[in-house]
Amino acid sequence: MKYYRKLLLIAVALFVGFANGYSTPLNFEKDNEKKGDIKSGIKEYITHHLKDSHSFSITSWKDEQTGEKVYIEVPLPVILYDQGFKFFWSSDFKHGKSVVSSGESYYKLEYHDSRIYKTDRLGQINYDENHHPLNEKPLDFSITKNIATIMIVSILMLLLFVSLAKSFKTNKGISIGIGRFFEPIILYIRDEIAIPNIGEKKYKNYMSFLLTIFFFVWFLNLLGLTPLGVNVTGNIAVTFSLALLTFLITNLTANKNYWGHIFWMPGVPVLIKVVLAPIELLGVFIKPFSLLIRLYANIQAGHIVLYSLIGLMFIFNNLVGSSLSFVLAFFISIIEILVALLQAYIFTMLSALYFGFAVAEHEGDH
Amino acid sequence: MEKLLSEFSIGLFFWQTVIFVLLIFLLKKFAWKPILDAVNEREEGIRSALKSAEKAREEMASLQSENEDTLKKARLERDGLLKEAREIKQKLIEEAKNEANKEAKKIIIQAQETIESEKNAAIVDLKNQVANLSIEIAEKVLKEKLSEDKAQMNLVKELVKDVTLK
Repeated sequence: MKYYRKLLLIAVALFVGFANGYSTPLNFEKDNEKKGDIKSGIKEYITHHLKDSHSFSITSWKDEQTGEKVYIEVPLPVILYDQGFKFFWSSDFKHGKSVVSSGESYYKLEYHDSRIYKTDRLGQINYDENHHPLNEKPLDFSITKNIATIMIVSILMLLLFVSLAKSFKTNKGISIGIGRFFEPIILYIRDEIAIPNIGEKKYKNYMSFLLTIFFFVWFLNLLGLTPLGVNVTGNIAVTFSLALLTFLITNLTANKNYWGHIFWMPGVPVLIKVVLAPIELLGVFIKPFSLLIRLYANIQAGHIVLYSLIGLMFIFNNLVGSSLSFVLAFFISIIEILVALLQAYIFTMLSALYFGFAVAEHEGDH
Repeated sequence: MEKLLSEFSIGLFFWQTVIFVLLIFLLKKFAWKPILDAVNEREEGIRSALKSAEKAREEMASLQSENEDTLKKARLERDGLLKEAREIKQKLIEEAKNEANKEAKKIIIQAQETIESEKNAAIVDLKNQVANLSIEIAEKVLKEKLSEDKAQMNLVKELVKDVTLK
């Protein structure tokens, strides 16, 4: 056990080191630009990072001679539904510089909001007064950076836990290797989250969901702290999807008792029953909604703070200020690692709690 | 709220949901179920092993006390048996002694009686023989002595000498 703790510590230290070290080559020149430009550059960089992207960029810089941006990135497939499916690679967009023609239509990537718009042959995008594009948007099912990350994490989880299951089988119920680290976590989720909240009788039905969601959120949170710069769990569509599943499972597996408590609260006067029904009904939706907002806001805020502190190093651009913000960024990184685990735990815990409400068997009045 | 809605991407939502649901089912089939089953089985094994160990301990304890009881009983029994045996031995010896004494006395008495009667018979016999013998000797001596006149005379003289006239 001691060995693993040491290993974990080293891994954490490397994570933090990389996150800080690699994130520093930001895309602006500090020599000949003023501080205001640096600030707006950082702001743009951060807002861009927080969004999903159609390509998996590792790093980028401006070529000194040609003055053009050079990108190191992995192109990802673009899938559009616009009167039939259209496939091409994200590298065809050349970061919003060129128009892609597919079939009869033309598409262009709007760099600022990272969305694909249908355009004419010249790639004209019309904006309203708030700089929102007015062009038609095709349905975008592209394998974006976030989806690629989700796939990678899913494959990682499959490999990890299937190998753990196999090691159990081949080793007579004793885990080996990395499984020794994950087995206690699985047991913790069963013994401390599922059983106390859902109950001994019915917890088994929910274990797969709880375990999957815990490790999925945790791994994605941690991956968000790596220099890959992905922001999956800080994306509203992802957290919405996760919370929606919790919502659906809660309400589809709910028993008569649960609905009874919502629409006709037992043990209170009729007038209060009538008043309580809409409040309780609202609660049904607010509970999962709080889940999705909590995860989204925490991860999003963590990324913003971390990136801002790293950006501060370049704004100060002197030994005292920059090293101070480095130290701050370092400690925020450590806190973010804690938050990554904490948010995964809270999401799982609250999901289990809601499932517990749905299947609770109350005896007598309550 | 508007910002949130504008950030919402249907494509991302669609893929996330599909991949995640697929992931749940795959992991359930190939990972969670085998893992939880194995863990349950292991825990069941540990629990039953502990239970049987406890049972064995109890059995052992009861066996031990039983053993002790038996031992105690056996010791008591042994003591009783020994005592009894000693008593019997004592009694037997006593009886044997008495019997022997009695027998010995009886034998001695009988022997004495036999000796007495034998002695008497022997005495009588001896007497008879001695008497016969004496008579025979006397006869022979008399025949021898009295074959001559002189000797007869001497005897008579002798006899006469012994005879004192009172």
